[in-house]
Amino acid sequence: MAGFYTLFYKEWLRFWKVSVQTVLAPVLTALLYLLVFGHALRGRLEVFPGVEYTTFLIPGLAMMAMLQNAFANGSSSLMQSKMTGNIVFVLLPPLSHRVFFLAYLLAAMARGILVGSGVLLAALWFADLPLAHPLWVLMFGVASSGVLGALGIVAGIYSDKIEQLAVFTNFIILPLTFLSGVFYSIRSLPSFWQAASHFNPVFYMIDGFRYGFFGVADTSPWLSLTIVVGSFIALSLLTLGLLKSGYKLRH
Amino acid sequence: MTHAIEVIDVTKRYGSLQALAGISLAVEQGEFFGLLGPNGAGKTTLISILAGLTRASRGTARIMGHDVGTNYREARRALGVVPQELVFDPFFTVREALTIQSGYFGLRDNRAWIDEVIENLDLGDKADANMRSLSGGMKRRVLVAQALVHKPPVIVLDEPTAGVDVELRQALWRFIRRLNSDGHTIVLTTHYLEEAEALCGRVAMLKQGRIVTLDKTENLLRLHSGCYVELRLGGALPAELEPLVKDRREDGAIRLALPEYAGVERVMAALRESQVTIQEMEIMRPDLEEVFVQIMRRS
Repeated sequence: MAGFYTLFYKEWLRFWKVSVQTVLAPVLTALLYLLVFGHALRGRLEVFPGVEYTTFLIPGLAMMAMLQNAFANGSSSLMQSKMTGNIVFVLLPPLSHRVFFLAYLLAAMARGILVGSGVLLAALWFADLPLAHPLWVLMFGVASSGVLGALGIVAGIYSDKIEQLAVFTNFIILPLTFLSGVFYSIRSLPSFWQAASHFNPVFYMIDGFRYGFFGVADTSPWLSLTIVVGSFIALSLLTLGLLKSGYKLRH
Repeated sequence: MTHAIEVIDVTKRYGSLQALAGISLAVEQGEFFGLLGPNGAGKTTLISILAGLTRASRGTARIMGHDVGTNYREARRALGVVPQELVFDPFFTVREALTIQSGYFGLRDNRAWIDEVIENLDLGDKADANMRSLSGGMKRRVLVAQALVHKPPVIVLDEPTAGVDVELRQALWRFIRRLNSDGHTIVLTTHYLEEAEALCGRVAMLKQGRIVTLDKTENLLRLHSGCYVELRLGGALPAELEPLVKDRREDGAIRLALPEYAGVERVMAALRESQVTIQEMEIMRPDLEEVFVQIMRRS
């Protein structure tokens, strides 16, 4: 137990000690999006009846920031540790693969949720945000940062170089989060892209999260929750398997 | 008694490269054991397998009787490793790094021992400094400290004195010797063979993934029954001694290599006959370095 607690604490400290860069900066980025898009498109778009565009934007932006940071935490920590070699400090002690996974996952989720909450709180300055179903908000927030947290661990295990991780971030995470309905409802898309969006798991995270605020969504929140939790379980099993086998960590 | 380290027919392959080609050895509890060999001989691979950082392709490795694979928790708890690379976590201070390392081993309140290690390794002044700000030698000390936080019965040091100044080297060995006399088993790899000679009771020499020699250090030194005679003479070296010359130093000293001690008599006789006076004379036995070079050449 002390082993788990210590590894979690170390991963927490690692981002908390540079929280200007790891927490504050992503909150600011999300707010800039909100300011620019919200201002430019206000009055021209009404996605849900009676919901201002700026208000509509907030949950999606919060979720996007949450996902990107949950992913960034584990992936950058592991990749840096492998590059500098200080990964031995966590490989030499008697930590099981489960403890290893849980500690990295929870730290990643903590950072994601911290950033997401920051975005939501700061956004309250700009718009009144309804909160139709707080429990759904919580469930989607936690489960979604879990999915990206686990994916971040996989990317960190796989990547030996900064470029490899950048490929993950720029060619997978960024497109998936951008093309998931953060800035629009997929109903406004042509039918092909509407159908394509249904293959993007991030779409369900954002749609379900938004349902928690507005009580309206593009898809049933139950379907979304099933897909998100299913992805989380599948990715967790994959990550646990990789860690157990020692893939790219214990040669 | 359980072996401190037991390695049975361990092989390791990286693709087409055979890093270890079947190593078997046992290190007893309380030993000071040396692992020597040229770069690429497989020393670090062997240590990595003991530490669980690398998995053997075949064979068994045990620390204090615990299999490093199936019983990894106990095995790792019994082992402290000082890695060869100068690695550190730039986010933490020395004390934080040591406290965190203790926590990984399940130790919550380890302050007293951490303080003792800090003091013994002369890290007191730097305990609250960030790891980034430390010199190479200081970082090396922290690596040693990190390997000791859980008081492991078996300690493996992979070239701990590479690039370390004399003062630290001596302080480090004093501390390691003390740990050894307290009952800790020490395994050491080093390129400084005089260190191995002075410290290690037994030595294994590796070459291309195999053990070529494993014996007590004193036996290895005795293997080569010859000796060296270093002379400073009042005149020229008699011609008949010329074939024995091993080395001529710039300051005029001549070193002769003799196949056995009895040869000293012959040297003396030749000098007396030629009426060459001896200004200085020293008889030296071969050191581990000499033995090492010969064994490596032979095998």
